[in-house]
Amino acid sequence: MSEDNMHLYEVFIRSKRGLDHKHVGSLHAEDPEQALEYARDVYTRRSEGVSIWVVNSSHIFASQEDDNESFYDPMDDKPYRHATHYQLPDAVNNM
Amino acid sequence: MTESMNKTEAELTDTFQARVDDEQKIEPKDWMPEAYRKNLIRQISQHAHSEVIGMQPEGNWITRAPTLRRKAILLAKVQDEGGHGLYLYSAAETLGITREELIAALQSGEAKYASIFNYPTLSWADIGAIGWLVDGAAIVNQVSLQRTSYGPYSRGMVRICKEESFHQRQGYEIMLALSRGNDEQRAMAQDAINRFWWPSLMMFGPHDADSAHTGQSMKWKIKRQSNDELRQKFVDQTVKQVEVLDMNLPDPDLKWNEERGHFDFGEIDWDEFKRSMTGGGPCSRQRVAHHIQAHEEGAWVREAMRAYREKQKARDDQAAA
Repeated sequence: MSEDNMHLYEVFIRSKRGLDHKHVGSLHAEDPEQALEYARDVYTRRSEGVSIWVVNSSHIFASQEDDNESFYDPMDDKPYRHATHYQLPDAVNNM
Repeated sequence: MTESMNKTEAELTDTFQARVDDEQKIEPKDWMPEAYRKNLIRQISQHAHSEVIGMQPEGNWITRAPTLRRKAILLAKVQDEGGHGLYLYSAAETLGITREELIAALQSGEAKYASIFNYPTLSWADIGAIGWLVDGAAIVNQVSLQRTSYGPYSRGMVRICKEESFHQRQGYEIMLALSRGNDEQRAMAQDAINRFWWPSLMMFGPHDADSAHTGQSMKWKIKRQSNDELRQKFVDQTVKQVEVLDMNLPDPDLKWNEERGHFDFGEIDWDEFKRSMTGGGPCSRQRVAHHIQAHEEGAWVREAMRAYREKQKARDDQAAA
């Protein structure tokens, strides 16, 4: 069997209970179980995490940074979405 | 691989409680007592429904906001509430319940939402009072819930608190503008405070002694502070804010208690709370009816999306064949 046929998996690790899984890298494997074992061997040798997710890379649908302008607006023209936009008297400014 | 293999329920419960006691979060795939799961689904879905139903009383003023700036702010706030509903529904779904089941429970009246949203928004000042008092009360509760024991709920709360930081300030800013206005504007602001103060205090739920869920929820650390503790915190922080507005809270019993180091306040009308909570609030029927109507009117969009997906799939299958 050629290595070309191996699937690419993205690896996500939860470093501690309560935190989100974070992307740490990728690897090749034949199936999800094997990907999980490889991820364990490669990405958690120094107690980096308590939980691993592996996701077939082809299942990730991603936006492109070049498309940002037409795809989403950073909302920089909407400063009122931020708390700092509102000037309140000092006595109540810790609201 | 799963921790539930070869262990008795009592052992699993011990492991679970030890984890909670140790301030570790519980994550979706962990073993958890069935009652913990049920309690969480009830609380998180009630919270989600409140975010979504809460869009109605505020949405009522979007077209009538006094300036373009106020309108843009109100739109952004109501949009946030919809997003917060989504975060919370998703957190509830990690516990093995579907979105359809959650929505059905809201529409049948089986699930509750915050009774405050059953009150009407009669004037522009109500939008100020809601942002300042209702979001203020919600934030007190949500800040505490950032430390809840269930991971997805906790992470949702962190996200929501961050986004909500502007909600209370924009409400207070509306009240501040009215409080510095003419007599009519000041009267309007005071009237809104009079109507929203007590319902805001009701948002924290029944007294600890009368709360069906508090004891167990505290042991499981679903709740981190009791209803009465959080309510007291809200009263204490709000008094100063009312003084700056030079307005009054409608409670003759409100006074500083040196010994306790807190403000004393009067008794809530619990009959009104019960009435409003069980569908007898001024706008209860309207809120649920509107939700059902919007849901039904959106059915064609969901159907069209499904039809498109099926057509594309058929085309792909044909190409592959």
